[in-house]
Amino acid sequence: MNTKEITVTVNGEQLTETVETRMLLADFIRDHLNLTGTHLGCEHGVCGACTVLVDGKAARSCLMLAVQADGSSIDTVESLVKEDGTLHPLQQAFSDNHALQCGFCTPGFMMTLVDFLNENPNPNEHEIREAISGNLCRCTGYANIVKAVEQASQALAKQGE
Amino acid sequence: MAAARKNLSALQSGQVSQLLLPFLQLGEDTLDAFEKGLSKAIETDLLAMTVKQRDPAAFEYLRPSSLEEALQYLADLGEDAKIMSGGQSLIPVLNMRLSTPKYLIDIGRVEDLFYIREEDGYLVIGALTKHRDVEFSPLVRKLCPLLIEAVRWIGHPQIRLRGTIGGSIAHADPSAELPCVIAALRGEIVIAHADGEETVTPDEFFLTYLLTSLQPDQMIKELRFPILPETAGYEFTEVSRRHSDFALVEIAAVIDLDENNEITLARLAAGGANPVPCVLEDAEEFLIGKEPTDEVLEEASVLGSEQVEPDSDLHGSVEYRRSLVKALTKRALQTALKRAGGTKG
Repeated sequence: MNTKEITVTVNGEQLTETVETRMLLADFIRDHLNLTGTHLGCEHGVCGACTVLVDGKAARSCLMLAVQADGSSIDTVESLVKEDGTLHPLQQAFSDNHALQCGFCTPGFMMTLVDFLNENPNPNEHEIREAISGNLCRCTGYANIVKAVEQASQALAKQGE
Repeated sequence: MAAARKNLSALQSGQVSQLLLPFLQLGEDTLDAFEKGLSKAIETDLLAMTVKQRDPAAFEYLRPSSLEEALQYLADLGEDAKIMSGGQSLIPVLNMRLSTPKYLIDIGRVEDLFYIREEDGYLVIGALTKHRDVEFSPLVRKLCPLLIEAVRWIGHPQIRLRGTIGGSIAHADPSAELPCVIAALRGEIVIAHADGEETVTPDEFFLTYLLTSLQPDQMIKELRFPILPETAGYEFTEVSRRHSDFALVEIAAVIDLDENNEITLARLAAGGANPVPCVLEDAEEFLIGKEPTDEVLEEASVLGSEQVEPDSDLHGSVEYRRSLVKALTKRALQTALKRAGGTKG
């Protein structure tokens, strides 16, 4: 078996692990680290459910090998909620606006949008729709997701003040 | 061969992953080239993948830190090795075991191939430069704005952050944006191997669907785009089922006028129509020296649509693709004209 030792910082914690070279980052996160908040839909880069942050930028963890992440920092959906259970403004906004139904795609939307709102704190509707164009949701029809992002961007702006 | 065809029609009638669409555009004539790989993949894994988790077959992972080291690996390992840059096209292929290399050479950290610079009348971009870096480069904006228009059509932001321009060219998807741009602009592809370098034209490089002239011991080092006059107008546009999907047809256009309102420069290419990017030479030639009236643009777009030889597939017939080439060529020329004369948008 071809294996390699990698060092990654996952949700703020530095880990050194031995992984099979062929292991996808998504499988490493779910099966190796037991962080099952990251979901796997299509496993070939179409649905966006497995999106995580790699060095702060949204990336599809099914389109990366775990060994490629060596030396990087990874943030998953588990990193969003505060220790006291307070939801991240995006999570709160999704809940308030009924922007999820089955919830399968939600972790991917979260991580895509965390990165997006970092880059563009005050987006318009067109920009929001463009930002989520790489994430598939089969329940909501996206309208409520767009509303939630608008609310989250305002909440984050207030937080920043 | 018969088995491959049978499998192909089975796949076409069933639910097919988006990634496989390029393979399914194969006509009877070009199928031969893929018989071995496709039928093997289908028989061994594609049917099974609906029930089992997708993961790549085992490989040895190599991570060179310099171009020299990468080329040495290639020279030593040859056909057993596969290069990976951003992995945004290759990893799906590995996940589905359409490719099962013994060695995977991850060049993602070869730092000497990240650059964008001006050199002897060319905009020169290192192969490992990410789409996102091109999209936001002031130098590209100034010297080759067509490239920025095109890059924005590539995948989604997540893909553009990891995908590289060299990887897109090497993958040679007929509906990819960069092959169309480099063909339209008569750019050059610099190829490196352990014994040196050579420069090839897009015409020499792209052979057919997903197939290039790259030899097993070679890799792309950089892309060179000729710098066009600042007054030239440009446009890149495409039609796909949804934004960011594979293009059904895409058009790259550049046009420049002199003070008498006569066309002095025309660059036109279509992607998604032929197995390789198609330079619309007849239309280009026709446009030179003419005033850009509506009739002239119409005639040029007809000439363009007559030059492509599209295939039918699930998403569009020959006639539909041809009519798209005509409509998009005219639209692209109109936008390019509006931008010509130094009023860059």
